[in-house]
Parts: sequence; structure tokens; C-alpha cells
Amino acid sequence: MYEGAVQDLIDELGRLPGVGPKSAQRIAFHLLQADSDDVDRLVTALTEVKARVRFCTVCGNVAEAELCRICADPRRDPSLICVVEEPKDVVAIERTREFKGRYHVLGGAISPMDGVGPNDLRIKELMTRLLGGTVEEVIIATDPNLEGEATAAYLSKYLRELHVRVTRLASGLPVGGDLEYADEVTLGRAFEGRRLIDA
Amino acid sequence: MPLVRAGADQAVIRCAVVRDGRESVVELELNPGRANRARLNRSPLTRPRDILGTLSTVLFAPEDLALVKGDPAERRRFLDDLLVARQPRWAAVRADYERILKQRNALLKSAQPLLRKSERGRARRSASIVPGEDPTRAVDDALHTLDIWDGQLAECGSHLLYARLRLLRDLGPHLGTAYGAVSAAVTEAHADYRTSLSGPVAERIGRGEVPEAAQLKEAIRTTLAQSRPQEVERGVTLTGPHRDDVVLRLGDLPARGYASHGESWSLALALRLGAFALLRHDLGTDPVLILDDVFAELDAGRRTRLAELVADCEQVLITAAVPEDVPASLVGRTYAVTLGSVDPS
Repeated sequence: MYEGAVQDLIDELGRLPGVGPKSAQRIAFHLLQADSDDVDRLVTALTEVKARVRFCTVCGNVAEAELCRICADPRRDPSLICVVEEPKDVVAIERTREFKGRYHVLGGAISPMDGVGPNDLRIKELMTRLLGGTVEEVIIATDPNLEGEATAAYLSKYLRELHVRVTRLASGLPVGGDLEYADEVTLGRAFEGRRLIDA
Repeated sequence: MPLVRAGADQAVIRCAVVRDGRESVVELELNPGRANRARLNRSPLTRPRDILGTLSTVLFAPEDLALVKGDPAERRRFLDDLLVARQPRWAAVRADYERILKQRNALLKSAQPLLRKSERGRARRSASIVPGEDPTRAVDDALHTLDIWDGQLAECGSHLLYARLRLLRDLGPHLGTAYGAVSAAVTEAHADYRTSLSGPVAERIGRGEVPEAAQLKEAIRTTLAQSRPQEVERGVTLTGPHRDDVVLRLGDLPARGYASHGESWSLALALRLGAFALLRHDLGTDPVLILDDVFAELDAGRRTRLAELVADCEQVLITAAVPEDVPASLVGRTYAVTLGSVDPS
């Protein structure tokens, strides 16, 4: 245990995701020895992020205004909605530059163990968006794990009633990888989702 | 026995494995309180479970008496461990099943007040499609979420069940042979699968048949639907491979409750030796057989017969507290372990 402020800092840092007690201690001492300017910049960044960043009222992505950059962009196709778990998934899909539609961020996946049910996700907001009638296709891009699949199954059940096209991102072999290193589940799914080669 | 020496902060187990004529080095690093790590030929593996299958072993230990006398969980673990030893990919299916079960049980508990309001655990159609807009909606939401986990449980559970049934069918003859050899008795040993499912598919399993995975999946779904009122009431999943058992029989009598102490030992030993024979047949090579402190538990006749049975195994590791417990017919290198040091004796 350290005295007063140092221990407080270590405790606060230790509460961050992915930071254990050892890392918290290392970061705390790094900050202690850093220039005041560097620390001030960090403090400003932290205050700003809480003060300025909000969540887009339409899609739930992080935004600096009422609407996020993507929802505010008229060039994005409003008939396509890609449903993801977290804002970081939006960033990942945006990097592909393949997708020209809009997003819907659920804020997690159904996981009863962690106390997350459908009502804790932004499913209601998604349904409200779909009732508008402009959406033709919903692409479900939740994580390919048990919770992500459960969420996808839950959504597709409701979405079917709304007569929109519902698709799920394909899962399978990573590009640039070796077939022999793929695990059986991935390889099995890749087989299920195989497609015809256009002649 | 603790694996990490008192005062040390980690233990490393290193062994050279010759498989298909190739030698590989397996290293396991045990870090108490932190993640254990595995290395194969000096390259670290991202998931320690990828090491599975590199070296196959069969362990027989005094705790194995619980296979015969203990809870169903012991026998399920025996089957599932053997599944993984035969085909390492089952480790992933098993882990998935455990997780689905935890999720489903968590849901049954947390949504219990809501689910109890539903009529016999079934959904009605509510007026609004938007979640949260209509009071009956909350009940339906909980039920729909439960349906989703039912689907996952049936999907994953049917694969696990199918694999166990096939395994038990393959193991049966080896178990019978091993029991005959160990006990020198005329009664025959059998292992029958007892499922928690109900209906025609369950009856087929009872007759020793192995239904298709798709039929098992349907049967799990049907039984889940039937037992839903009880599940909602009790807040746990009452159907699925996690509630199944293997009934061991000697002749017509169930071993649990009827077998003598000696017969129980023979049966436990026969299960392990049967597993050994099955792996030998599957892999085309002998697993390493480990007999941990077991000679002391067996009577003279069983000791001698066990020694004869293991004589043709490629590699057998035996531990004993008293050297005289090990039959003299077993020859090999011996080591004395005293106060943490290992010396050839």
C-alpha cells in the first residue's frame, strides 16, 4: 500500500478494463514522473470525452452532436442497417470501406450471466427505426460467439415479423490464413457457408 | 499432491513425445493465480487447449472408485474426457455446452418472477412488436430469450449427446473384455447410457441404439418444452446431457449398490483399461498408461492380473508408496522420490 494520492490513483487505474494491479502501479508511477504538460493533456482529454461525447440518438454510436457522423451523412444509404454490438465494431466495419449503409449499435449482447437481457440493449430503438419503412435490409453483425449468436437469433425472430430482409455476416476462414491452422468450428462453418464460383 | 514446490512461484512440466516417428517437446508452465501456458517445440501456443492430443495418457488412480460408487457427474466426466482424448475438438463443444447451460440457468433465475407470470411457460402474442411498450411484453421477452437458449442448448447438446452415445457403443466391447481379464469372473460388465430426455428417442437410447444428431436435437427441444413449467419453478435446466448418467451393470444387476468392493475396483479398472484399448485402437499407437498408487488398493489376484495385462503396453508409469505392493513380474526402471528429489534406485 502506498500513501494517500498515489494509492488512490492506483486504485482508480486498476478499475479500468484490462488493467491489473501491477499495470496500475506502473502507470501511476509513470504519471508521477511525467511532465505536468503531459499529465494536463491527459486530464483535458478525459474531461473532454465526458463533456463532449454523447451517443447518437438514432444509432447509438459515439457522437459529438445529436447525430453521429454516419447518421448525419446524406450519402449513406438509409435502406441498409448494419447491427453491431459496440461502437468499436462500427470502426472495424468502416475500415473496410465496403459498407455504405447505416449502423445500429446495440450496446452489447444478450448474456443472462452478466445480467444483460434484450431490454438492456437498444433493440426497442432498432424496431422503432424499422417501423419507419425506409429500411429494406438489416445486416446482423454481432460477434460470432455464443452470446452474439443468441442475440442474432433473438433479433431475427422479431425482424422476420417486420418483413425486412435479414442477413447475417458470413463466418469462416480468415483471409491470408492457412487452411490447416483453422479450428474445426471455423472450418465447419466455412463449409456450411460455401458458395458457387461464378464461371 | 501440489504441483508447484512450496516457496516456488511456478512449475514447469517438460516431456519429449514421440508420435508418428517424430519427436516433439511439450512444455507446460503452471502459474498459480495466473494463466497457465503451453509450448510445443519451443513455440508458445495461443490457447493452452491446442496442446490436447499431442500426448495421450490414461490415468488410473484410487479416486477412480468413484466412477462406480460416486455421483453421475464422475461418469459424465469420464465419458467427456475420453471424447476429448479421442478427438480434441470435443473440448470446444464441451466448453460451449457448459457456457450455454450457465447462461440458460442464469436466465431462469433472473427472469423467474416474470416467467412465473406466463401460462405454463409459454408465450402469448402481445399487441406491440416494440419491446417494452406493452406490459405483457416483458413476460414474452423473457420467454423468447429462453427459447433462443433452448435452441442453442439443443444444438450443442445434441452433438455432445450423439458423441457420447457413439463413444459408449465403441467402448462397450473393450469394457467387457477388460472386466473379464481383470476380475477372472463369469459375470459380464456392461455400460448403458441413461438419458434425461423423454419420448421415443429416449426409448431408443434405452435400447442401446444411437439416434441421429438431428433426432436428438428435436428430442431435447421437445423435452425442454415439456419440462419448462418445472424449470421455471426451480430455476435450473433439468434436461440435457448434463443430467445424464451411465449405468454400470454386472450381469443383470446395477453395480452401484450391488457390486462388492472388489467388483467395484475391477469395474473401475476395466473402465480405464477399456479406454486404453479404445485409444490404442483409434490412434494406432499406445497411450501412456499411468497407474497412480493403485496396487495398494487391489487384492493379490487383481494385482497379478493387472501386471499381466499391462505387460504389453508401450509405456507404463507406476507410483507406489510401498515397493512390495508392485508385483515382481513388472520390471523396469525404478526411482526413489524422497523429500522432493528423484534418484534412480
